[in-house]
Order: sequence, then structure tokens, then C-alpha cells
Amino acid sequence: MPEVTLQKISVAGGTESAPPSGPALIEVKRLSLHYGATRALKEISITLPERLVTAFIGPSGCGKSTFLRCFNRMNDLIDNVRIEGVVKIGGHDIYGDDVDVIELRKRVGMVFQKSNPFPKSIYENIAYGLRLHGLKAKSELDGVIETSLRGAALWDEVKDRLHASALGLSGGQQQRLCIARAIAIKPEIILMDEPASALDPLATARIEDLILDLKRDYTIVIVTHNMQQAARISDHTAFFYLGELIEFDTTKKIFTNPTNKRTEDYVTGRFG
Amino acid sequence: MSTHRQHFRSKGLDFSSAFFTSLTGFATALILAILVIILLNVFLNGWSGLSWRFVSTIPQKDFFEAGSAAVLPMIVGTTIRVFVMTLFVIPVGVITAIYLTEYASTTSLYTRVIRAAVNNLAGVPSIVFGLFGLGFFINFIGKNLDAALHTAGPQFGQPAVLWASLTLAVMTLPVVIVATEESLKAIPPGLREASLALGATKLETICKIVLPNALPGILTGAILAISRAAGEVAPIMFTGAAYYMADLPKKVTDQFMDLGYHIYVLSTQSPDIEKTRPILYATVLVLLLLTFSLNLVAIVVRARMRRAMRALH
Repeated sequence: MPEVTLQKISVAGGTESAPPSGPALIEVKRLSLHYGATRALKEISITLPERLVTAFIGPSGCGKSTFLRCFNRMNDLIDNVRIEGVVKIGGHDIYGDDVDVIELRKRVGMVFQKSNPFPKSIYENIAYGLRLHGLKAKSELDGVIETSLRGAALWDEVKDRLHASALGLSGGQQQRLCIARAIAIKPEIILMDEPASALDPLATARIEDLILDLKRDYTIVIVTHNMQQAARISDHTAFFYLGELIEFDTTKKIFTNPTNKRTEDYVTGRFG
Repeated sequence: MSTHRQHFRSKGLDFSSAFFTSLTGFATALILAILVIILLNVFLNGWSGLSWRFVSTIPQKDFFEAGSAAVLPMIVGTTIRVFVMTLFVIPVGVITAIYLTEYASTTSLYTRVIRAAVNNLAGVPSIVFGLFGLGFFINFIGKNLDAALHTAGPQFGQPAVLWASLTLAVMTLPVVIVATEESLKAIPPGLREASLALGATKLETICKIVLPNALPGILTGAILAISRAAGEVAPIMFTGAAYYMADLPKKVTDQFMDLGYHIYVLSTQSPDIEKTRPILYATVLVLLLLTFSLNLVAIVVRARMRRAMRALH
């Protein structure tokens, strides 16, 4: 990974200027998504910078998870979904005809709301993705698995039982294993869909610490219902309501001085 | 304290639920009683006819006499046809179930037609399968194979283990499809998503994540298919079972003697039913034991697999 100086968000925080700092990695232009006849996302345009944490907030059913799943084309799996508009990652249109979805998902990892380790050993959970992408030699696997587990702050807890079932881990450990599994194949972007919503406060705090660590190497987009969480860990926050992007700005501005009335009502807890 | 008790104490016997409880209990007892009666009857009457010679020799043509009766070729024949059937029905059934659950669109007309066909297949009487096997496998495929290969005399175009097994496979297909579909649907969608999100193709996800987790369910389908097929007579009467053969079947194109069919022969063709009855009972007992052991093999395999999986849960 090349050295990248972190953008000083706190400086940009108080100003009026909305566009985020840093080189753009994900660019979305006028994206609309339809489930059959209903339009779930309406003409969303947004630009997410590299190596920062962007949080998507909004009431349930506002489309934030659906939008997140556009970045690794997980919506392709659902029948009757139609997508219009452009999503560019690193300058490439990921909905173009020449796109290899497998390669895209290798570069854009995902962590789900409900931790979903495979019913295999801890070791095999991480080895699975590595083997898919051609890593076969045991010594290499061992190395990457250790690095990934360390990266996900799980190594010390599981190093003595790598070949025990992943399903024997606690909820928080399982979720960190899922993060380790995602970072093992070295993505550029990690999408997180409410990764801590099913965890207790202590496990949540560990995941949050981990996210702050990870942003040194990865661009992270996180969907969360937890307002404090968004405020604690994200650099930028996007507020969605009824399938529309209402406001996108630095997290500080969204939480202290939002431009839009609905954003203010939501972050202050007046609705949602 | 006593006033509280008063409040919760029932006013008297709840007749309707007492009636329903005894009704369900009676129904269960009835089924159990029938099973016990059948098993006891067969065991008590068949036990004396069992001997090592009975199960390990090829009978004389006059197998109605206690001295010449034996069932080795029938045990071999029934076992082979069940195995060959399993060999065909499991792959076809599993692949169909994978198509229906993983690939087919749930709303398309095509899928609905396939599902309706599978469900209706389960309701077709087994004698119809027998006639279908004769018409399709023997007279159509077999005869055409003979013509294409220029064989001297009928080779494929006659009743055979192969055709009987295929007919049974068609008959048990719905059982395997439904059992496999159920086990595929029971796999949490999160596992599929996790695999796909790691950059696995759909095929890799099915082979490496979905199928290994569905194996016990698939084996349940196999067990049900074996149970159903082992005792069936009607589908094999025209497609492969022989009245008598002096030798064991050597090739899949040979005919075979079958336990179920032999029971039918013993009970309908005997010149003296009183003399034949002990042999009949012993043969029925052998069929019950064989069906049970064939099931047991599949059940043991499934139990091992479940244990291996539970070690990971």
C-alpha cells in the first residue's frame, strides 16, 4: 500500500463547502434503482474519497443498504432489479459490459449485518476466499491468514484454535472473523452493512476501533442506525430519506450544523 | 394465597381437549399396533424357515418345495437394482433440485411447469411406471440401441437390471428432488452472500458452500427413495424381474430375480400353498431385513456426516 497522508477533516468540518476532500474513489452519477415497478433509489449522485470512512445514515427502508449493495453489485442477485445511472470505482464504470463481477467483488469486500462465517474452521473461513483467487501453497496461506486475523484484531484470541469451528466464536469474534475474511483478499474498499447492530456495546466498541485502524489501508463505507457510531467513526456522513440522498457532508457538519431541515430533525432524534 | 389459588384453579375437566388428546393418542397406538402385528407375524412365522442354506444358495426351478427353496439370487438382484437406481436418481434429482432452487426464476412459467410435473410424477401409480419403462426404456431406447449397434439378437431391447433400475429411478425422482430442495432452502442465504461477496462464482458457491451443507438432506432423499424402491414390484415386473434364473445376473443387461417379485410368485403360483407358506414367510422376512439394512447403510453415512458437521457447529 502506498503512503497516503490522511485528509484533515476536522479542518473542513466547520466550513460551508460540501464536497469532500481527498482523491475520489467511488463516483456515483444519477443512480436510480427499481424493484419491479417501485423506485427504491432516486437519482443519487455522490463522490466518496479514498481511505476515509463514510457513513450512510437514515431511517429504516430509506435505501441506504440497497445503495451500499450497488457498489459490489450484490443487487444483481435479486430478480427484477433495474439500475440506471453510473457507478465508477477507480474511474471504471462497474456496470459496464466489460466488467468482471468476480474481479469487482474481489476489490470491493463486504461485511454483513448478521455475521455469516461458513460452518468451517476459523482457518478455512479465511482460506476459502484466498483459494478462490488462486492462493494454494500452505505456507503462503498460513502467512496471509495470520496477517488478516491480526488486521482484524482477532489473532490473539484464536491463534491456539485456528482449526476449531468458527461457529464456536462469540458474536463479536464472528463478525471480526468476517472482517478478517474480507481483508484477506486485499480489497480496496470494504462495505459494511450495520456490522455492529447485533453486538453488545463492548463488542461494538472493538469493531469501531478496528474500523478506525482499517481506514489507514482501506476505504470504508458503513451503513449504520447508530447515530453515535456514525459520529464516532466516520469522516463523512450521508443522510438518506425515502430513497433520496438528502445531505452529504463532513460528519462534523452533519451532526452540528446540517443544511437540511430533515437531516437536522433526524440527527437530533426528532424522527426516525 | 388461597384466594389466588381459587382464581387459577380450573372449574372442572376440559372435555373437548381431553377428548382430542385421547383421540390423537389412540390414532398413534393404532398405527403402532398394526406395525407390531405385521412384524411379529412375519418374524414368528418366518424365523423357522430361515437358514444359512436358504439365503446362500441358488434355488432349483421348483422353488415351492422347502428342500429346494432359496433366495440368494433374489437378495443379489434386489440389492443390485436398488444400488443402480440410487446411482441414477441421486445425481439427476440433486441437479434438478439445484436448478429449481438456485437458478430458475421462481415466477417463470417454465419453472412452474417443472414443479407441477415433479409433484404429479409422485402421484402416478407404480404399475404405470412399469408400463412406461417397458415402452420407453426397452421398446424405444433398447430396441433402437440394438439397431444402432447391429447386435446379434436383442441385447438392450429386452428386460434387464438396467431398465428396471432406471424405471425405479424415474419413480423415486420426486422424492429426491423434494428432499434436496428442502435442504437447499434451509441453508441460510447469508452463507451464499458471504461466498459471492468474496468473489466466488455461483458455481463455486454451490459446490463449495451450498452442497456440502445440504448433504445430510440429500441423503435423507436417498433413504426415502431406497425405502420406496426396495419393495416395489409393479415397476420391475415388465422391465427386468425374471420368474426363474439358474444363475446370478452378470451384466446390467441381464434379467434378475427379485425378492418382492418372488413373494408375488410364491403366493400366486404355488401348487400347494400350505407347503409354500413357511417359505413365503421366510422370504418376506428376508425382504424386510434387506430393506432395513439398505436403509441402515444410508442412515449410518448420514449420521457420520451430521457428526462431522456438528463438530463445526
